[in-house]
Amino acid sequence: MNIDSIQNGIVLDHIQAGKSMDIYQYLHLDELDCSVAIIKNVRSNHMGKKDIIKIDTPMEVDFDVLGYIDSNITVNIIRDGRLVEKKHVELPKKLVNIIRCKNPRCITASEPQLDAIFLLSDEEKHTYRCAYCDTAKDKKF
Amino acid sequence: MARNLIDIVDLSVEEINELIATAEDIIQHPAKYQDACAHKQLATLFFEPSTRTRLSFESAMLSLGGSVLGFSSASSSSTAKGETVGDTVHTVSCYADIIAMRHPKEGAPFAAAQVAEVPIINAGDGGHNHPTQTLTDLLTIHREKGRLDHFTIGFCGDLKFGRTVHSLVSALSRYENIKFVLISPTELKLPRYVKEEALKKRGIPYTQTTDLESVIPQLDILYMTRVQRERFFNEEDYLRLKDSYILTPEKLESAKPDLSILHPLPRVNEISVAVDKDPRAAYWRQVKNGKYIRMALILKLLGIEV
Ligand SMILES: [Zn+2]
Repeated sequence: MNIDSIQNGIVLDHIQAGKSMDIYQYLHLDELDCSVAIIKNVRSNHMGKKDIIKIDTPMEVDFDVLGYIDSNITVNIIRDGRLVEKKHVELPKKLVNIIRCKNPRCITASEPQLDAIFLLSDEEKHTYRCAYCDTAKDKKF
Repeated sequence: MARNLIDIVDLSVEEINELIATAEDIIQHPAKYQDACAHKQLATLFFEPSTRTRLSFESAMLSLGGSVLGFSSASSSSTAKGETVGDTVHTVSCYADIIAMRHPKEGAPFAAAQVAEVPIINAGDGGHNHPTQTLTDLLTIHREKGRLDHFTIGFCGDLKFGRTVHSLVSALSRYENIKFVLISPTELKLPRYVKEEALKKRGIPYTQTTDLESVIPQLDILYMTRVQRERFFNEEDYLRLKDSYILTPEKLESAKPDLSILHPLPRVNEISVAVDKDPRAAYWRQVKNGKYIRMALILKLLGIEV
Protein backbone atom coordinates (compact mmCIF):
# COMPACT_ATOMS: atom_id res chain seq x y z
CA MET A 1 0.00 0.00 0.00
CA ASN A 2 1.21 3.45 -0.81
CA ILE A 3 1.30 5.90 2.10
CA ASP A 4 3.52 8.45 0.42
CA SER A 5 0.63 10.75 -0.17
CA ILE A 6 0.25 11.38 3.58
CA GLN A 7 2.78 13.42 5.53
CA ASN A 8 1.24 13.49 9.00
CA GLY A 9 -1.85 11.47 9.63
CA ILE A 10 -3.42 8.06 9.96
CA VAL A 11 -4.12 5.16 7.72
CA LEU A 12 -6.82 2.72 8.78
CA ASP A 13 -6.00 -0.55 7.11
CA HIS A 14 -7.54 -4.02 6.88
CA ILE A 15 -11.07 -2.72 7.10
CA GLN A 16 -13.51 -5.39 6.08
CA ALA A 17 -14.64 -4.52 2.56
CA GLY A 18 -17.77 -2.38 2.71
CA LYS A 19 -17.37 -1.09 6.24
CA SER A 20 -15.39 2.05 5.46
CA MET A 21 -18.48 4.23 5.19
CA ASP A 22 -19.67 3.12 8.64
CA ILE A 23 -16.31 4.13 10.05
CA TYR A 24 -16.44 7.41 8.16
CA GLN A 25 -19.77 8.12 9.89
CA TYR A 26 -18.96 6.90 13.38
CA LEU A 27 -15.60 8.73 13.52
CA HIS A 28 -17.33 11.89 12.19
CA LEU A 29 -14.73 12.18 9.44
CA ASP A 30 -17.14 14.37 7.50
CA GLU A 31 -16.34 17.12 10.00
CA LEU A 32 -12.67 17.20 9.05
CA ASP A 33 -11.19 19.90 6.78
CA CYS A 34 -8.19 17.85 5.66
CA SER A 35 -8.22 15.37 2.83
CA VAL A 36 -9.70 11.99 3.61
CA ALA A 37 -9.35 9.16 1.15
CA ILE A 38 -11.66 6.19 1.22
CA ILE A 39 -10.34 3.38 -0.86
CA LYS A 40 -12.78 0.55 -1.36
CA ASN A 41 -12.33 -3.05 -2.45
CA VAL A 42 -8.54 -3.05 -2.45
CA ARG A 43 -7.12 -6.44 -3.32
CA SER A 44 -5.63 -8.13 -0.24
CA ASN A 45 -3.79 -11.42 0.08
CA HIS A 46 -5.27 -12.04 3.51
CA MET A 47 -8.77 -10.78 3.11
CA GLY A 48 -9.48 -11.03 -0.59
CA LYS A 49 -10.90 -7.51 -0.57
CA LYS A 50 -10.52 -4.75 2.00
CA ASP A 51 -11.16 -1.05 2.49
CA ILE A 52 -8.60 1.57 3.51
CA ILE A 53 -9.10 5.07 4.90
CA LYS A 54 -6.35 7.67 4.77
CA ILE A 55 -6.69 10.77 6.91
CA ASP A 56 -4.24 13.57 6.21
CA THR A 57 -4.10 15.05 9.70
CA PRO A 58 -2.70 13.81 13.03
CA MET A 59 -6.00 13.18 14.81
CA GLU A 60 -6.97 11.09 17.81
CA VAL A 61 -9.16 8.21 16.70
CA ASP A 62 -11.57 6.48 19.02
CA PHE A 63 -10.24 2.94 19.26
CA ASP A 64 -13.47 1.78 20.90
CA VAL A 65 -15.46 2.83 17.86
CA LEU A 66 -13.06 1.09 15.52
CA GLY A 67 -12.94 -2.03 17.68
CA TYR A 68 -16.72 -2.14 17.85
CA ILE A 69 -17.19 -1.82 14.09
CA ASP A 70 -14.36 -4.11 13.09
CA SER A 71 -11.80 -5.49 15.52
CA ASN A 72 -9.41 -6.52 12.73
CA ILE A 73 -8.55 -2.97 11.68
CA THR A 74 -4.95 -1.81 11.99
CA VAL A 75 -4.16 1.83 12.64
CA ASN A 76 -0.99 3.18 11.05
CA ILE A 77 0.35 6.45 12.41
CA ILE A 78 2.28 8.43 9.80
CA ARG A 79 4.71 11.18 10.75
CA ASP A 80 6.88 13.09 8.25
CA GLY A 81 5.80 10.65 5.58
CA ARG A 82 7.00 7.61 7.54
CA LEU A 83 5.14 4.85 9.33
CA VAL A 84 6.00 5.39 13.00
CA GLU A 85 3.49 3.19 14.72
CA LYS A 86 1.14 0.33 13.90
CA LYS A 87 -1.68 -0.33 16.35
CA HIS A 88 -4.20 -3.12 16.49
CA VAL A 89 -7.67 -2.49 17.81
CA GLU A 90 -9.65 -4.95 19.88
CA LEU A 91 -13.26 -5.56 20.76
CA PRO A 92 -13.97 -2.99 23.50
CA LYS A 93 -15.45 -4.20 26.80
CA LYS A 94 -17.51 -1.05 27.17
CA LEU A 95 -19.06 1.41 24.72
CA VAL A 96 -20.01 4.87 25.92
CA ASN A 97 -22.18 7.04 23.69
CA ILE A 98 -21.37 5.13 20.52
CA ILE A 99 -24.66 3.32 20.05
CA ARG A 100 -28.04 3.93 21.68
CA CYS A 101 -30.52 1.52 23.23
CA LYS A 102 -33.56 0.74 21.07
CA ASN A 103 -35.75 -0.54 23.93
CA PRO A 104 -38.59 2.00 24.30
CA ARG A 105 -39.04 0.98 27.95
CA CYS A 106 -35.39 1.74 28.75
CA ILE A 107 -34.69 4.73 31.01
CA THR A 108 -32.23 6.05 28.38
CA ALA A 109 -35.17 6.40 25.98
CA SER A 110 -37.06 8.75 28.30
CA GLU A 111 -33.94 10.49 29.66
CA PRO A 112 -31.73 10.94 26.59
CA GLN A 113 -29.14 12.99 28.47
CA LEU A 114 -27.94 9.80 30.20
CA ASP A 115 -24.73 8.27 28.87
CA ALA A 116 -25.57 5.36 26.59
CA ILE A 117 -23.49 2.56 28.06
CA PHE A 118 -23.15 -0.90 26.51
CA LEU A 119 -21.13 -3.79 27.89
CA LEU A 120 -19.66 -6.69 25.94
CA SER A 121 -21.61 -9.76 27.03
CA ASP A 122 -20.55 -12.38 24.48
CA GLU A 123 -17.11 -12.09 22.96
CA GLU A 124 -17.70 -14.81 20.37
CA LYS A 125 -20.96 -13.43 19.06
CA HIS A 126 -19.87 -9.79 19.59
CA THR A 127 -23.04 -9.16 21.61
CA TYR A 128 -23.31 -5.96 23.57
CA ARG A 129 -25.99 -5.34 26.18
CA CYS A 130 -27.37 -2.04 27.42
CA ALA A 131 -25.97 -1.47 30.93
CA TYR A 132 -29.36 -0.12 32.01
CA CYS A 133 -31.91 -2.60 30.66
CA ASP A 134 -29.76 -5.51 29.33
CA THR A 135 -31.28 -5.30 25.86
CA ALA A 136 -28.87 -6.90 23.40
CA LYS A 137 -27.58 -4.91 20.47
CA ASP A 138 -26.90 -7.11 17.50
CA LYS A 139 -23.98 -5.94 15.48
CA LYS A 140 -25.43 -4.87 12.18
CA PHE A 141 -22.50 -3.74 10.13
CA MET B 1 -19.93 -6.63 48.36
CA ALA B 2 -21.27 -4.12 45.94
CA ARG B 3 -22.68 -0.96 47.42
CA ASN B 4 -25.84 -1.40 45.39
CA LEU B 5 -28.18 -4.19 44.49
CA ILE B 6 -29.43 -3.56 40.97
CA ASP B 7 -29.47 -7.07 39.49
CA ILE B 8 -29.38 -10.44 41.26
CA VAL B 9 -26.28 -11.36 39.26
CA ASP B 10 -24.43 -8.52 41.02
CA LEU B 11 -24.27 -10.92 43.97
CA SER B 12 -21.96 -13.92 44.04
CA VAL B 13 -23.22 -17.23 45.36
CA GLU B 14 -21.16 -16.61 48.52
CA GLU B 15 -22.78 -13.22 49.04
CA ILE B 16 -26.25 -14.70 48.58
CA ASN B 17 -25.42 -17.46 51.05
CA GLU B 18 -24.19 -14.85 53.55
CA LEU B 19 -27.42 -12.87 53.21
CA ILE B 20 -29.43 -16.03 53.76
CA ALA B 21 -27.36 -16.86 56.84
CA THR B 22 -27.97 -13.36 58.25
CA ALA B 23 -31.71 -13.66 57.52
CA GLU B 24 -31.83 -17.03 59.28
CA ASP B 25 -30.09 -15.47 62.28
CA ILE B 26 -32.57 -12.56 62.28
CA ILE B 27 -35.44 -15.06 62.34
CA GLN B 28 -33.87 -16.91 65.27
CA HIS B 29 -32.80 -13.83 67.25
CA PRO B 30 -34.92 -10.83 66.25
CA ALA B 31 -34.15 -8.89 69.43
CA LYS B 32 -30.46 -8.86 68.61
CA TYR B 33 -31.24 -6.77 65.53
CA GLN B 34 -33.95 -4.45 66.79
CA ASP B 35 -31.68 -1.42 67.16
CA ALA B 36 -29.09 -2.32 64.53
CA CYS B 37 -30.13 0.57 62.26
CA ALA B 38 -30.97 3.12 64.95
CA HIS B 39 -30.70 6.67 63.58
CA LYS B 40 -30.46 5.39 60.02
CA GLN B 41 -33.00 6.34 57.38
CA LEU B 42 -34.31 4.30 54.47
CA ALA B 43 -35.91 6.22 51.61
CA THR B 44 -38.49 4.29 49.62
CA LEU B 45 -38.76 6.02 46.24
CA PHE B 46 -41.67 4.40 44.47
CA PHE B 47 -42.10 6.10 41.09
CA GLU B 48 -44.80 3.51 40.48
CA PRO B 49 -47.02 2.14 43.22
CA SER B 50 -46.38 -1.27 44.76
CA THR B 51 -47.76 -1.30 48.25
CA ARG B 52 -46.68 -4.86 48.90
CA THR B 53 -42.99 -4.30 48.15
CA ARG B 54 -42.88 -0.87 49.79
CA LEU B 55 -44.39 -2.16 53.03
CA SER B 56 -41.93 -5.03 53.08
CA PHE B 57 -39.00 -2.61 52.85
CA GLU B 58 -40.46 -0.22 55.40
CA SER B 59 -41.27 -2.99 57.84
CA ALA B 60 -37.74 -4.36 57.41
CA MET B 61 -36.16 -1.00 58.25
CA LEU B 62 -38.50 -0.37 61.20
CA SER B 63 -37.68 -3.82 62.61
CA LEU B 64 -34.02 -2.83 62.51
CA GLY B 65 -34.76 0.27 64.60
CA GLY B 66 -34.35 2.65 61.66
CA SER B 67 -36.82 5.09 60.16
CA VAL B 68 -38.34 5.52 56.74
CA LEU B 69 -39.29 8.34 54.40
CA GLY B 70 -40.27 8.51 50.76
CA PHE B 71 -43.13 8.58 48.30
CA SER B 72 -45.41 5.93 46.89
CA SER B 73 -46.22 7.13 43.39
CA ALA B 74 -44.76 9.35 40.68
CA SER B 75 -47.58 11.87 40.98
CA SER B 76 -46.48 12.72 44.51
CA SER B 77 -42.83 13.08 43.49
CA SER B 78 -41.01 15.80 41.60
CA THR B 79 -40.84 13.51 38.56
CA ALA B 80 -44.30 14.83 37.86
CA LYS B 81 -42.59 18.20 37.40
CA GLY B 82 -40.13 16.72 34.92
CA GLU B 83 -37.15 16.08 37.17
CA THR B 84 -34.77 13.31 36.09
CA VAL B 85 -34.41 10.14 38.13
CA GLY B 86 -30.79 11.08 38.72
CA ASP B 87 -31.67 14.47 40.23
CA THR B 88 -34.43 13.06 42.44
CA VAL B 89 -32.17 10.34 43.76
CA HIS B 90 -29.22 12.69 44.17
CA THR B 91 -31.42 14.97 46.28
CA VAL B 92 -32.75 12.15 48.43
CA SER B 93 -29.29 10.70 48.92
CA CYS B 94 -28.47 13.94 50.76
CA TYR B 95 -30.95 12.93 53.49
CA ALA B 96 -31.24 9.15 53.52
CA ASP B 97 -28.63 6.52 54.32
CA ILE B 98 -29.98 3.98 51.84
CA ILE B 99 -32.56 4.03 49.04
CA ALA B 100 -35.00 1.40 47.79
CA MET B 101 -36.47 2.49 44.47
CA ARG B 102 -39.12 1.18 42.15
CA HIS B 103 -39.55 2.66 38.71
CA PRO B 104 -41.57 1.77 35.61
CA LYS B 105 -38.57 2.30 33.29
CA GLU B 106 -36.03 -0.46 32.86
CA GLY B 107 -32.59 0.49 34.12
CA ALA B 108 -33.74 3.49 36.19
CA PRO B 109 -32.06 2.10 39.35
CA PHE B 110 -28.81 1.67 37.44
CA ALA B 111 -29.04 5.31 36.33
CA ALA B 112 -29.74 6.29 39.95
CA ALA B 113 -26.75 4.33 41.21
CA GLN B 114 -24.46 6.39 38.99
CA VAL B 115 -25.21 9.58 40.92
CA ALA B 116 -26.36 8.44 44.37
CA GLU B 117 -24.00 8.84 47.29
CA VAL B 118 -25.73 6.07 49.24
CA PRO B 119 -26.56 2.44 48.41
CA ILE B 120 -29.40 1.86 45.94
CA ILE B 121 -31.63 -1.20 46.08
CA ASN B 122 -33.66 -1.98 42.98
CA ALA B 123 -37.20 -2.66 44.20
CA GLY B 124 -38.37 -3.45 40.66
CA ASP B 125 -37.72 -1.66 37.36
CA GLY B 126 -40.52 -2.33 34.91
CA GLY B 127 -40.45 -5.84 33.51
CA HIS B 128 -36.69 -5.99 33.99
CA ASN B 129 -35.28 -6.86 37.44
CA HIS B 130 -36.63 -7.38 40.92
CA PRO B 131 -33.66 -8.80 42.83
CA THR B 132 -35.18 -8.65 46.33
CA GLN B 133 -38.03 -10.88 45.12
CA THR B 134 -35.42 -13.38 43.94
CA LEU B 135 -33.63 -13.18 47.30
CA THR B 136 -36.99 -13.75 48.98
CA ASP B 137 -37.58 -16.84 46.83
CA LEU B 138 -34.09 -18.17 47.59
CA LEU B 139 -34.51 -17.67 51.34
CA THR B 140 -37.89 -19.40 51.17
CA ILE B 141 -36.46 -22.40 49.34
CA HIS B 142 -33.61 -22.53 51.84
CA ARG B 143 -35.99 -22.39 54.79
CA GLU B 144 -38.36 -24.96 53.33
CA LYS B 145 -35.74 -27.42 52.11
CA GLY B 146 -32.71 -26.62 54.27
CA ARG B 147 -30.58 -26.24 51.15
CA LEU B 148 -30.32 -24.55 47.75
CA ASP B 149 -29.19 -27.57 45.76
CA HIS B 150 -30.25 -31.10 44.84
CA PHE B 151 -33.95 -30.71 44.07
CA THR B 152 -36.46 -30.59 41.24
CA ILE B 153 -38.28 -27.30 40.83
CA GLY B 154 -41.29 -26.70 38.61
CA PHE B 155 -42.17 -23.25 37.29
CA CYS B 156 -45.80 -22.98 36.28
CA GLY B 157 -47.85 -20.35 34.46
CA ASP B 158 -46.61 -17.37 32.50
CA LEU B 159 -42.93 -18.14 32.04
CA LYS B 160 -42.56 -15.76 29.11
CA PHE B 161 -43.24 -12.42 30.77
CA GLY B 162 -42.71 -13.41 34.41
CA ARG B 163 -39.50 -11.64 35.35
CA THR B 164 -39.44 -13.29 38.80
CA VAL B 165 -39.20 -16.64 37.03
CA HIS B 166 -36.36 -15.49 34.76
CA SER B 167 -34.20 -14.23 37.58
CA LEU B 168 -34.92 -17.16 39.90
CA VAL B 169 -33.97 -19.58 37.11
CA SER B 170 -30.72 -17.65 36.56
CA ALA B 171 -29.98 -17.50 40.28
CA LEU B 172 -30.64 -21.20 40.84
CA SER B 173 -28.59 -22.20 37.80
CA ARG B 174 -25.49 -21.41 39.86
CA TYR B 175 -26.29 -24.12 42.42
CA GLU B 176 -25.58 -27.84 42.14
CA ASN B 177 -27.85 -30.54 40.78
CA ILE B 178 -31.13 -28.73 40.28
CA LYS B 179 -33.60 -30.06 37.74
CA PHE B 180 -35.94 -27.57 36.10
CA VAL B 181 -39.44 -28.42 34.93
CA LEU B 182 -41.02 -25.64 32.87
CA ILE B 183 -44.80 -25.83 32.82
CA SER B 184 -46.69 -23.33 30.66
CA PRO B 185 -49.00 -22.90 27.69
CA THR B 186 -47.03 -22.96 24.45
CA GLU B 187 -47.69 -19.23 24.03
CA LEU B 188 -46.04 -18.43 27.34
CA LYS B 189 -42.92 -20.61 27.31
CA LEU B 190 -39.69 -19.50 28.96
CA PRO B 191 -37.89 -17.24 26.44
CA ARG B 192 -35.15 -18.87 24.45
CA TYR B 193 -32.44 -16.49 25.72
CA VAL B 194 -33.13 -17.43 29.34
CA LYS B 195 -32.90 -21.13 28.48
CA GLU B 196 -29.72 -20.54 26.47
CA GLU B 197 -27.90 -18.39 28.99
CA ALA B 198 -29.05 -19.86 32.28
CA LEU B 199 -29.52 -23.53 31.43
CA LYS B 200 -28.09 -24.76 28.12
CA LYS B 201 -24.70 -23.02 28.48
CA ARG B 202 -24.21 -24.71 31.84
CA GLY B 203 -25.49 -28.08 30.72
CA ILE B 204 -28.36 -27.99 33.22
CA PRO B 205 -31.19 -30.45 32.54
CA TYR B 206 -34.72 -29.15 32.03
CA THR B 207 -38.00 -30.41 30.67
CA GLN B 208 -40.83 -28.41 29.13
CA THR B 209 -44.45 -29.40 29.32
CA THR B 210 -47.92 -27.94 29.03
CA ASP B 211 -49.37 -30.36 31.58
CA LEU B 212 -49.02 -29.54 35.28
CA GLU B 213 -50.79 -32.66 36.52
CA SER B 214 -48.48 -35.09 34.76
CA VAL B 215 -45.31 -33.64 36.28
CA ILE B 216 -46.50 -32.66 39.74
CA PRO B 217 -45.44 -35.98 41.38
CA GLN B 218 -41.75 -35.38 40.61
CA LEU B 219 -41.53 -31.87 42.07
CA ASP B 220 -39.88 -30.82 45.33
CA ILE B 221 -40.80 -27.17 44.73
CA LEU B 222 -43.61 -25.70 42.66
CA TYR B 223 -43.28 -22.02 41.76
CA MET B 224 -46.67 -20.74 40.60
CA THR B 225 -47.20 -17.51 38.63
CA ARG B 226 -50.18 -15.66 37.25
CA VAL B 227 -51.53 -16.39 33.80
CA GLN B 228 -52.92 -13.05 32.74
CA ARG B 229 -55.78 -12.71 30.34
CA GLU B 230 -54.10 -9.87 28.42
CA ARG B 231 -51.16 -12.13 27.49
CA PHE B 232 -53.36 -14.18 25.20
CA PHE B 233 -54.23 -13.38 21.63
CA ASN B 234 -57.83 -14.42 22.03
CA GLU B 235 -60.38 -15.07 24.72
CA GLU B 236 -61.00 -18.72 23.72
CA ASP B 237 -57.36 -19.66 24.22
CA TYR B 238 -57.38 -18.02 27.62
CA LEU B 239 -60.56 -19.75 28.73
CA ARG B 240 -59.38 -23.07 27.35
CA LEU B 241 -56.03 -22.89 29.10
CA LYS B 242 -56.48 -21.03 32.32
CA ASP B 243 -57.90 -23.93 34.32
CA SER B 244 -54.98 -26.21 33.60
CA TYR B 245 -52.73 -23.76 35.39
CA ILE B 246 -54.84 -23.33 38.49
CA LEU B 247 -53.57 -25.22 41.49
CA THR B 248 -56.28 -27.05 43.40
CA PRO B 249 -56.30 -29.60 46.26
CA GLU B 250 -57.24 -32.26 43.66
CA LYS B 251 -54.15 -31.58 41.55
CA LEU B 252 -52.03 -31.76 44.72
CA GLU B 253 -53.20 -35.28 45.56
CA SER B 254 -50.40 -36.88 43.57
CA ALA B 255 -47.73 -34.43 44.78
CA LYS B 256 -44.95 -35.26 47.21
CA PRO B 257 -45.83 -34.84 50.90
CA ASP B 258 -42.93 -32.41 51.32
CA LEU B 259 -43.59 -30.31 48.22
CA SER B 260 -43.20 -26.55 48.79
CA ILE B 261 -45.55 -24.27 46.87
CA LEU B 262 -44.23 -20.78 46.20
CA HIS B 263 -45.86 -17.78 44.55
CA PRO B 264 -44.49 -14.22 44.30
CA LEU B 265 -47.99 -12.85 45.03
CA PRO B 266 -50.35 -11.17 44.53
CA ARG B 267 -52.33 -14.08 43.19
CA VAL B 268 -55.53 -13.78 41.24
CA ASN B 269 -57.04 -17.24 40.96
CA GLU B 270 -54.12 -19.45 39.98
CA ILE B 271 -53.96 -21.03 43.43
CA SER B 272 -57.35 -21.88 44.81
CA VAL B 273 -57.95 -20.55 48.32
CA ALA B 274 -58.55 -24.12 49.51
CA VAL B 275 -54.82 -24.79 49.03
CA ASP B 276 -53.92 -22.19 51.67
CA LYS B 277 -54.70 -24.67 54.46
CA ASP B 278 -52.32 -27.25 53.01
CA PRO B 279 -49.03 -27.21 54.99
CA ARG B 280 -47.21 -27.41 51.67
CA ALA B 281 -48.39 -23.88 50.81
CA ALA B 282 -45.31 -21.77 51.52
CA TYR B 283 -46.41 -18.50 49.95
CA TRP B 284 -47.49 -16.75 53.13
CA ARG B 285 -44.25 -17.78 54.80
CA GLN B 286 -42.56 -16.42 51.65
CA VAL B 287 -44.05 -12.97 52.36
CA LYS B 288 -42.50 -12.99 55.83
CA ASN B 289 -39.19 -14.15 54.42
CA GLY B 290 -39.27 -11.13 52.12
CA LYS B 291 -39.01 -8.87 55.11
CA TYR B 292 -36.18 -10.87 56.74
CA ILE B 293 -34.04 -11.00 53.63
CA ARG B 294 -34.55 -7.25 53.12
CA MET B 295 -33.39 -6.69 56.69
CA ALA B 296 -30.27 -8.74 55.95
CA LEU B 297 -29.70 -6.79 52.74
CA ILE B 298 -30.06 -3.38 54.39
CA LEU B 299 -27.54 -4.37 57.06
CA LYS B 300 -25.13 -5.65 54.45
CA LEU B 301 -25.31 -2.60 52.21
CA LEU B 302 -24.94 -0.26 55.18
CA GLY B 303 -21.95 -2.29 56.38
CA ILE B 304 -23.51 -2.89 59.78
CA GLU B 305 -22.36 -5.99 61.62
CA VAL B 306 -24.43 -7.31 64.49
ZN1 LIG C 1 -31.45 0.05 27.49
